[in-house]
Amino acid sequence: MKTYTQPVYPYTKPAELGGSPRHWPVIVAGAGPVGLTAAIDLALRGIDVLVLDEDDTVSVGSRAICWSKRTLEILDRLGCGDRLVQKGVSWNVGRVFFRDEQVYQFDLLPEPKHHRPAFINLQQYYVEQFLVERANELAGAELRWRHKVVGVTPQTNRVAVRISTPDGEYTVQADWLIVADGARSPIRGMLGLESEGQAFRDRFLIVDIHMSSTFPAERRFWFDPPFHRNQSALLHRQADDVWRVDFQLGWDADPEEEKKPERILPRLRAMLGEDAQFEIEWASVYTFQCRRMHSFRRGRALFVGDAAHLVSPFGARGANSGIQDVDNLGWKLELVLSGQAPEGLLDSYDSERVPAADENIRNSTRSTDFITPKSKVSRTFRDAVLMLAKRHAFGRRLVNSGRLSVPAMLTDSPLNTPDAEPFAGRMAPGSPAVDAPVTGDRGEWLLDYLCDGFTLLLFNTAPLSDALLRELKALASDAIACNSVLVSATDDPLPAGAHRIADPTGMLAERYDARPGTAYLFRPDQHVCARWRAFDLAKVRAGIAKATGQAPVAERQVA
Amino acid sequence: MTLNLDPNIGSPDDFYQELIDLHRELTDEQSAMVNAKLILLLANHIGDLGVLRAAMAAAREDVVATPTSTSLAEPR
Repeated sequence: MKTYTQPVYPYTKPAELGGSPRHWPVIVAGAGPVGLTAAIDLALRGIDVLVLDEDDTVSVGSRAICWSKRTLEILDRLGCGDRLVQKGVSWNVGRVFFRDEQVYQFDLLPEPKHHRPAFINLQQYYVEQFLVERANELAGAELRWRHKVVGVTPQTNRVAVRISTPDGEYTVQADWLIVADGARSPIRGMLGLESEGQAFRDRFLIVDIHMSSTFPAERRFWFDPPFHRNQSALLHRQADDVWRVDFQLGWDADPEEEKKPERILPRLRAMLGEDAQFEIEWASVYTFQCRRMHSFRRGRALFVGDAAHLVSPFGARGANSGIQDVDNLGWKLELVLSGQAPEGLLDSYDSERVPAADENIRNSTRSTDFITPKSKVSRTFRDAVLMLAKRHAFGRRLVNSGRLSVPAMLTDSPLNTPDAEPFAGRMAPGSPAVDAPVTGDRGEWLLDYLCDGFTLLLFNTAPLSDALLRELKALASDAIACNSVLVSATDDPLPAGAHRIADPTGMLAERYDARPGTAYLFRPDQHVCARWRAFDLAKVRAGIAKATGQAPVAERQVA
Repeated sequence: MTLNLDPNIGSPDDFYQELIDLHRELTDEQSAMVNAKLILLLANHIGDLGVLRAAMAAAREDVVATPTSTSLAEPR
């Protein structure tokens, strides 16, 4: 590749070879985007984490390129969102073409005033590199390259991991193993587990080209275009003037032949014009599958990302959902490891992320059925929709070139406290926090204030009574601490750890359907888990107990 | 709303003739496309997914050997 030089991360002979093995709270198998995100999250929580990867570099080829708004928000919390956004290409608009005409255009973020765009495009190797660099800043994370997991033995309350290195094999033990070793997941096989689902009978050519172009940063999707009859094509802009082109090839295509430059170049010239100047950076032919494991937890092994579930690439639901997996898992592991929550809290990782995976699989399968119709009648309906879409609004709603990744709503989670009072809008318990512009001492966006464990957001409480102040202090000093963020215009003193923000545009109150007194309780992964029309200490504590898998606690005295 | 299976078209013979005329001089492929568009236009006009499901189940009745209409009427 011309635009990127693969870093080589140093292999170091592990101290365990010849020494005594160290016990780790958490081992992460696999240093892809999902495993690295898990490691950073845990290290920031003060948990020592060992990351094992059989390779010594980042991904070869751009692979996952579309990073969603929610992924960026999670990485903001982990201190690397800015770097991705600065290097990546932001986009919100997608266009769909049928034959030689545009039939439809969509804006994924039509609402103003959000910190992050709907998507950025950035090659996976950059994302991995930035995450490795972030992990290396953290004392708690240790990355070991050319360390291949060759055996996993579940034991009582722990797991033994056998590792092969260039200097020989050794075994380490961990309380928990996060399995992030990708779609083929060798560890899944070692534990005798399977990921079940369907494979699709179609092949796609994926090419990265280096090209200077004035095409805007938009997602462009073609059904049956003149330059690639009867198939589909997709174009995305990435960083460094690298463009991703996907060509649907059909099932009968020969993957080895199609990867050859002499086969690729005519396809690109037909698409981009005879005069286009470009160089091929990387090419691959892929098929895809939609499948998932029956359960994402097996004893002390927790499966995340592609190891746990697999989707077709249409919709950018692969890596983005894996990052949501570990966002969901990190805080739960922390509470279980510190003994503040029962081990059963980790079952909620399974019960929350399995429905999320099913939603992704459902959406991705539907997109695939539209993009690659399996029968003549399916093709006729598909083309009928595209013809109608050009003329009628209703047709556009039926066009499916990929339903792009949106965060899962954990609406049915057992960790939610159901609403006892009426609320309008979309911030029901189980929803990830929607951002809004604010002012305050910690940043200009609401999410900047939802980064420290459980957080209580209180609207218009001015003036603060002594009683309320005392109760907020008590919450902040509970075993599972909950800090407060107050939306108020007064300047009375706040308890330590609390923040005051203002809502100058009114968008915060609008997006949360807030009235004076309204209180929202957010989990450490920024999801709403309870809300009330008035603050009540006992209810907040009960909400936290529910969200951490504990039996309801008796009301405690305020200190 | 439920699927109306009672006579509902004011001039049934006119409608039927126009439906057949709609396909005059079309190839089988063109006819299939016109039918598909017509189904989508009417489905959008009806809008109610329960009614559409009942209509889809009724359409499949007597066409396939094994009765599957019950299962098709179920939400999927």
